[in-house]
Amino acid sequence: MNHSPPCFDEMFAEDGSVRPAYAGYREWLHGQDAASLRRKGIEAESFFRKTGITFNVYGDNAGEERLIPFDMVPRIISAHEWRRLVKGIEQRVTALNAFLHDIYHRQEIVRAGRVPQRLIADNAAFLPQMLGMAVPGGVYTHIVGIDLVRTGPDEFMVLEDNARTPSGVSYMLENRETMMAMFPELFTKVKVRPVSDYPRRLAKSLAACAPACAGERPVVAVLTPGIYNSAYFEHAFLADQMGAELVEGSDLRVVDGRVAMRTTQGYQPIDVLYRRVDDDYLDPLSFNPASQLGVPGIMDIYRAGGITIANAPGTGIADDKAIYSFMPEIVEFYTGERPILANVPTWRCAEKDSLAYVLEHLAELVVKEVHGSGGYGMLIGPTSSKKEIADFAQKLRAKPDNYIAQPTLALSTVPIFAKSGLTPRHVDLRPFVLVSPKGIDITPGGLTRVALKQGSLVVNSSQGGGTKDSWVLED
Amino acid sequence: MLGRTANGAYWMARYLERAENTARLIEAGFRMALTRDASMAQEEWKSVITTLGQAKAYEAAYGPDYAGERVWNYLLRDKANPGSVLAQIEAARTNARSVRTALTREVWEAINEAWMVLKDALARPVREGALGQVLAAIRRQATQVRGTFDGTMLRNENYNFTRIGTFVERGDSTARILDVKYYVLLPSLAWVGSSLDNVQWESVLRSVAGERAYRWLNAGSIDPKGIAEFLLLDQRFPRSLHFCVDKLRSNLFGLAHEYGHETEAHELLRALGTQFHHTSIEQVFESGLHEFIQAFIKANQQVAQAIERDYRFYA
Repeated sequence: MNHSPPCFDEMFAEDGSVRPAYAGYREWLHGQDAASLRRKGIEAESFFRKTGITFNVYGDNAGEERLIPFDMVPRIISAHEWRRLVKGIEQRVTALNAFLHDIYHRQEIVRAGRVPQRLIADNAAFLPQMLGMAVPGGVYTHIVGIDLVRTGPDEFMVLEDNARTPSGVSYMLENRETMMAMFPELFTKVKVRPVSDYPRRLAKSLAACAPACAGERPVVAVLTPGIYNSAYFEHAFLADQMGAELVEGSDLRVVDGRVAMRTTQGYQPIDVLYRRVDDDYLDPLSFNPASQLGVPGIMDIYRAGGITIANAPGTGIADDKAIYSFMPEIVEFYTGERPILANVPTWRCAEKDSLAYVLEHLAELVVKEVHGSGGYGMLIGPTSSKKEIADFAQKLRAKPDNYIAQPTLALSTVPIFAKSGLTPRHVDLRPFVLVSPKGIDITPGGLTRVALKQGSLVVNSSQGGGTKDSWVLED
Repeated sequence: MLGRTANGAYWMARYLERAENTARLIEAGFRMALTRDASMAQEEWKSVITTLGQAKAYEAAYGPDYAGERVWNYLLRDKANPGSVLAQIEAARTNARSVRTALTREVWEAINEAWMVLKDALARPVREGALGQVLAAIRRQATQVRGTFDGTMLRNENYNFTRIGTFVERGDSTARILDVKYYVLLPSLAWVGSSLDNVQWESVLRSVAGERAYRWLNAGSIDPKGIAEFLLLDQRFPRSLHFCVDKLRSNLFGLAHEYGHETEAHELLRALGTQFHHTSIEQVFESGLHEFIQAFIKANQQVAQAIERDYRFYA
């Protein structure tokens, strides 16, 4: 079925003319022949395999390494569009950090009645261990991914905040490398802002968050769950590019009041730990006692100011979709400004009237679990069968707190290079944001995810989505 | 550098070296078997398996039947064999992946490619007609990794630990090849001549890629003492025990230089190096070739263990 509403295509206007941001690319494309482009596509895949840019899939064929499909038509954002996005993202990330600080201290926003107490106290991602803790530099979420969708020329909306551990930045970098290797002449023709200095910016931003006890050149390490984790490639990639050690829990222990890594020369203290291990596994003494992935006692050292953990434990609460629905209030409460970037309208099924509305309109809505991610456990009304909808309604009635609903958005499209030529597919965009006491730094670009199936709105790589190189044009 | 990373780099190199050595042994065995009748050929294949220390596991799976095609498939790709070339390449790649940050991109890509190419080449049983090609592919992939390693790696601790892995493994391998064949070499010390033994000697040389170098150095005359001297004591031949010991010394020296102090491993190795320096082939035969080799294997292992301890490979 394909009753999708007419949607905004970022490359072509309704009359078939090319939009200004894509003019240079389009001109170049005209000079290419389809067969050689197709060949390049195959080259790109073998390039990814050779480099080992793969992700591991959980479940069936566990341990198998897969490629995320790469589409060679870039997603292009004009300098003007980007400027506005940057302002909106800065505002949102500032509010997110203020919110996180507040809920782990005085909870003014709850006292003011703007966010219900139960959404925080009853939230599994809320960590009482973090209450009253002074985190180094006052920063909670150091690396943020803001998922944006577009529905019109000027309509960008935030679909999701990723304040916990946003992944995918290695694809932003490798997609660009691949494009530049395949089509070097394209980059002399169209002026694209570089992304390749992201690792350097990340290293700088993390070093700026070091605790007071750190030396002049803070020691930064990346903590990975290990080579079987789905994002291991990215962990190794970032550590390598930053010149930081890539550590596992078994390399670390508490020595003389510091978290230290076992080097060939004995234990060496770490100042900043960029951890890609979930909160729950971080410290078996404070959280999940069965964890082998973390460091016993790290939370004590953290509390004493002996290490910076990025992102801070307990930031995941900001990713919660029920909290998300309050983001306009949250932005206003902490910045005193109206949000520059809109939220997608959201019904909280925990509220009686909303639930009734959602149940009645399931066939038109997208329903998501509040704690869910990766495109799992959601209902997309318009593409679901009657039975699927009826089954989902039961789940929804049984546990309304667990869900939010949103209208099925007419997500913008960007063409992909398919067998039949250029054909439009839905996209989203995840820019990567770095936060330190020295400021907010947004790399011009991000990860564009693209639904490869016609009409599909699901862009998650775990659900068969692909990626594109994302360009921000120079002024 | 993390102790775990040093460990991973070291084992990556050992597995790669082992895969290549296994391929060379199969190649030598194959050539020997071609010149023998069926039952003698089985003896040759059995000796290949014994050299690799896999006789017990092999017989547990297939009994005492050492048919060539079965043996080489067992050594190359059998799922029941955790020491197969395929398993070793996989282990090398897994180790490389876990120490990705200690390697240059080119080294990692060479190892990843070796794994992709060999996984493909070993996806189906290897028939006699294809064996030569498959063995050449293994050697070529190993050579490619070595080449990118040599051409792109900084000469620091990462480099030293990786090279130490290579030479611990290589010394051990050459020693074991000699040890299995010493009974062939020994009785013929007194007399030179039978064509059968000439073929055996050639095969020993071939399994360490030394036939040409040896012939060149000895003007074509093959005698057991000369071969033993060549494989044990010649400092110029890259697979001799003495060469491996020298390389261990220079890489351990690199570590001492970088870290500013020596460890127990240095002491052990110094003793071993001195021994090699002051031993002649006559003395080796006098005190027993087998005993000499066994003592080397043990000393080599002790050095390896000391390195693991001194440099905190494990928690």
